[in-house]
Amino acid sequence: MARRSQSPQRAAVNTSRRRITPSTLAAPAQGWASAHARCLIESLGRLHRRWVASLLTTFVIGIALALPAGLYVLMTNLDTLSQSWHRAVQASLYLEDSVDTASGEALAEKIADRDSVAETRFISAQAGLEQFRESSGFGAALDALEDNPLPAVIVVTPRPEMPRAEVGELLVDLESQAGVARAELDQAWLARLYAILSVMERSAWVIGLLLSVAVLFIVGNTIRLDIENRREEIEVMKLLGASDAFIRRPFLYSGFWYGLVGAILALLLLGACFIALAEPLGALTRSYDGALALHGLSFKGVLVMLGTGVGLGWAGCALTVNRRLAAIEPR
Amino acid sequence: MTDIVAFKNVIKRYPGGKIALDGVSLHLRRGEMAFLTGHSGAGKSTLMKLIGLIERPTRGQVVINGTNLGAVKRSQIPRYRQRLGLIFQNYNLLFDRTVFDNVALPLVIRGLGHADIARRVRAALDTVGLLSHERKFPVTLSGGEQQRVGIARAVVDRPYLILADEPTGNLDPALSADIMRLFTRLNEAGTSIMIATHAIDLVERLGYRRIRLDHGHLENG
Repeated sequence: MARRSQSPQRAAVNTSRRRITPSTLAAPAQGWASAHARCLIESLGRLHRRWVASLLTTFVIGIALALPAGLYVLMTNLDTLSQSWHRAVQASLYLEDSVDTASGEALAEKIADRDSVAETRFISAQAGLEQFRESSGFGAALDALEDNPLPAVIVVTPRPEMPRAEVGELLVDLESQAGVARAELDQAWLARLYAILSVMERSAWVIGLLLSVAVLFIVGNTIRLDIENRREEIEVMKLLGASDAFIRRPFLYSGFWYGLVGAILALLLLGACFIALAEPLGALTRSYDGALALHGLSFKGVLVMLGTGVGLGWAGCALTVNRRLAAIEPR
Repeated sequence: MTDIVAFKNVIKRYPGGKIALDGVSLHLRRGEMAFLTGHSGAGKSTLMKLIGLIERPTRGQVVINGTNLGAVKRSQIPRYRQRLGLIFQNYNLLFDRTVFDNVALPLVIRGLGHADIARRVRAALDTVGLLSHERKFPVTLSGGEQQRVGIARAVVDRPYLILADEPTGNLDPALSADIMRLFTRLNEAGTSIMIATHAIDLVERLGYRRIRLDHGHLENG
């Protein structure tokens, strides 16, 4: 602006001379915002014009995003399922032989008073033997023994809503109680399930990461072709004094749209899978007395998905566009 | 400072050893119009490219409107080019945009507001006599009309210097004369203009200053 006003001899062709007024000074700022808005819409229009190619690209992005997201949904559902199995968890405290019935019962009551414990049940060594005799069918063999080989046991049921890590802590704590020889968590299979779940969780991350890289490459490659196709246009723009940022902008917005539409497609794919699986999963949950509900992606999950799509689309574009544009210079 | 273009002993040697300009010194005064002539390969295009900062001189100095181009960094080139009006032999229009949008491009690049752009684009289209064609696409226009769109685009941001490289190279004599008359009018309005051309008979009829290049040397004329 300042430089222009210093050359009064400069020609004005058929229009009035440029004057510096508040409106001409504000114009570039307004123009900047409207230029961005226009660019956003224009880039969508461009994708629309080549909709087959655009749709293919977004579809690949959609599938790449849907896979880890689907795995995540599956995992959260398995997790809630295992939480409900968790309610059945009980711990057995094997008492030392020196502990008599009265103090065993007292200990059981004391433990039951804890916040983290739902209930306890004391089984004396004698009662345990009776129980074993009835259920195992080794009655005769047991009769041959002089002493009762079984210790007294306190069966502890933790509060159902307790997280599994804290159950472990509770167990360690109970084991340190006087009179307790050993504490053992039932259902070792549950621990295995948790282990499997954590393996799955890790796999979901790894797959997600790999597919994200794939999305970066897909978007990058699409934008690269797009730039090649518009090479002449870019040269003309550079000749007319367009900055790199100006030329880059529509391509970045293309990346934005690819990512956004890809994420929306991924959500639709997930929805379709959900509908396809609804019936068998419904039967499974009904077998748990309706205590379980099947969860889809939460609202936050949907936002994360859209955000990831847009972020990957934008980044894939940004990684390519600078390098490619620098290679195009007017000749 | 009355020179809009000043070349001081400019040498341009391309990679591979070809010497396009060999010690050229020339001046174009502010408000002057001059024709750059010479056989193919005489260095006309190179001279234009040096002014447009598409190429850099191997040696010597190019000063445009008081700016020593040697001091213009790569990142400053876009701003510098915005103040030039470039016109090309093949028009270089964007075919997926209307005439209006083509002419508006320099203003959009500079980030002007909507109303401002519309007003100036119409003024420029009026200058070249294509106001009624603003909604058309370039393919639907004749060569002469396309070049006039190119000229409207070059003048829409009121450049201090118009550079035209073979602007009539693809046009028949009648249309060429039309385009040249348009340049004459723009020059009469005060714009400095440098036109590289083969159309020597046309140039001689118009009677403007002629800068002749021969094998990278300036011929006095």
